[in-house]
Amino acid sequence: MSPAAPVNLTTPGGLLLVLAVLLPFAGVLLGLVLGGRHAQRVAWLTILLGIGVVLAITRASLGSGASLVYLLGGWAPPLGVALRADGLAVCMMLVVAVVVGAVGVYANGDFGTPAGQRETRAALAFWLLLLAVWGSLNLVFVSGDIFTLYVALELLTFAGVPLVALDGRAETLQAALRYLVYALLGSMFYLLGTFLLYGAYGTLDIALLAERVGAQPVTWMAAALMTAGLLAKTALFPLHLWLPPAHAGAPAAASALLSALVIKGAWFLVVRLWVDVFPGIVSLPAAQLLAALGASAIIVGNIVALRQARLKLLIAYSTVAQIGYLFLMFPLVQALNATQQGNAAAVTGGLLQAISHATAKAAMFMAAGLIYSTLGHDRVADLRGAGRALPMTITAFALAGASLIGLPPSGGFLAKWLLLSAAIATAQWWWVLVMLVGGLLTSAYVFMVVVRAMAPAAPGWSPKKQVPGYQQAAVLGLALCSFLLGLAALLPFDVAQIGRAVVPLVGSP
Amino acid sequence: MNAPTLFGLCAAVLVGFGLYGLIVHPQPLRKVLSFNLMGSGVFLVCAVIARRGAAAGMGGDPVPQALLITAIVVAFAASALAVALMLRQFDETGSSSLSNDPGPAPAKPAAKGEA
Repeated sequence: MSPAAPVNLTTPGGLLLVLAVLLPFAGVLLGLVLGGRHAQRVAWLTILLGIGVVLAITRASLGSGASLVYLLGGWAPPLGVALRADGLAVCMMLVVAVVVGAVGVYANGDFGTPAGQRETRAALAFWLLLLAVWGSLNLVFVSGDIFTLYVALELLTFAGVPLVALDGRAETLQAALRYLVYALLGSMFYLLGTFLLYGAYGTLDIALLAERVGAQPVTWMAAALMTAGLLAKTALFPLHLWLPPAHAGAPAAASALLSALVIKGAWFLVVRLWVDVFPGIVSLPAAQLLAALGASAIIVGNIVALRQARLKLLIAYSTVAQIGYLFLMFPLVQALNATQQGNAAAVTGGLLQAISHATAKAAMFMAAGLIYSTLGHDRVADLRGAGRALPMTITAFALAGASLIGLPPSGGFLAKWLLLSAAIATAQWWWVLVMLVGGLLTSAYVFMVVVRAMAPAAPGWSPKKQVPGYQQAAVLGLALCSFLLGLAALLPFDVAQIGRAVVPLVGSP
Repeated sequence: MNAPTLFGLCAAVLVGFGLYGLIVHPQPLRKVLSFNLMGSGVFLVCAVIARRGAAAGMGGDPVPQALLITAIVVAFAASALAVALMLRQFDETGSSSLSNDPGPAPAKPAAKGEA
């Protein structure tokens, strides 16, 4: 073996990364073999163990203050495959664990099989796919080389597509098929980019690639192909057409997973590529183009959301808009890199936006599911009485909405504050304008829903179905996570920056 | 023109055909076939890269071959999933299409014929 650099040694706690990926997939296989009502129990056991593993990873990472690394089979890159977890990955794994736990609690109501009730295929599929989504996302976060990332993304797609079609209606099958076509096109572009990079530089490892890539046509080509492919998978405007029918048609628990977590996988990969692999290759105009698509997504998504008649479609279009915010960080990162100030503010801002959107959007979709089962419909114009029947759920919806708008002390506020400061520091005022207009439009539809839900019910009206209290509590808990995330500003600020001190922090503002 | 260049050009043509088909055809089955055509092009690129690595005196660069076999398995699984979805959609609706309106082009002449 070649003499291993310090980066390429298995660190203490590295084995936890393997566990974080293997455990959910072991759960999938065990649940599939045992089948029926055992799948739910296996899923819960796996969720509890998995949360323990993620907490242990966080502890190890905070304790050592560096990235966790594990070399599979002891082979160092470029021949072997390394798993790495830096601050970004650890933060995302924590959020995914929290959201998966909350969705699991909520799904006990929708996909539970109590004794005496018949087992259903949808319930079995849901619990297995929940674990599969979790395992693939963890693999996306810890993979250290771009081909393993391709496999992880495909696993994520294969887990996400059946979630869309869980109830087997014709519209959802069509939505799933359309989602699959977009995702396959995206993965082929990504794969072509991967092969080109390997052909040019002879390695797939992210750290080695970052050292070797040079500014030449093949790199630009590969970067463009991979980015375009990932945009189709993240559903950034104008490649968002598959998202609203797919996310709105799925059962509420599945929509929450898809909208909060699955699209973040491909976004995280764009961040990895643009911030870690190609920082010297991509130019500021290219980053501006990406953010311009994001800005169009914010404006178009919010306006279309305002015009929706159905609550779940409204929330799905709101996701289209919020994806736009995630892409505003790229020109800020590039500009901060150029000023030698360190890109920490913009990267942390983007990460916080992803975290607050993940928790808030999962809460909103599950709230919409509860409103649907209580009222028997989800027409926005006819939500009266929902506030009286489901006070906790409407509170949760309002709190999650406040986080999407960016009211203090929510996570959305902190994220937008960091992005706004970075935009002002790098003299890019137009992104400030987009963020403010987007916040106004978001507040319009959140208030519209909350005000209508607060209206008193028609006399003699009674809820169609009583929803269990633990489902409401799960939704409220998740919304509170998003709303109180802004208090993370009180933490020592470098959790996300663990193992990422690439650019020296000279005179940070 | 040496062999790698020739195969590289073939790969480019395959990817181009596949991409064209994927965008233009509305029927999902044709889209899946186009996806496989495009995939073949991408795999050919990988094979060319493996062969070119062999120019350094080795019998062939093994890493791209390992990637290739993985990618083929993934693409096969994707095609199977797509076909399964299409079959299920056909069972539910009697047609398999990605457009929301039920086939305006073939429906209209039939309606005129009946009238």
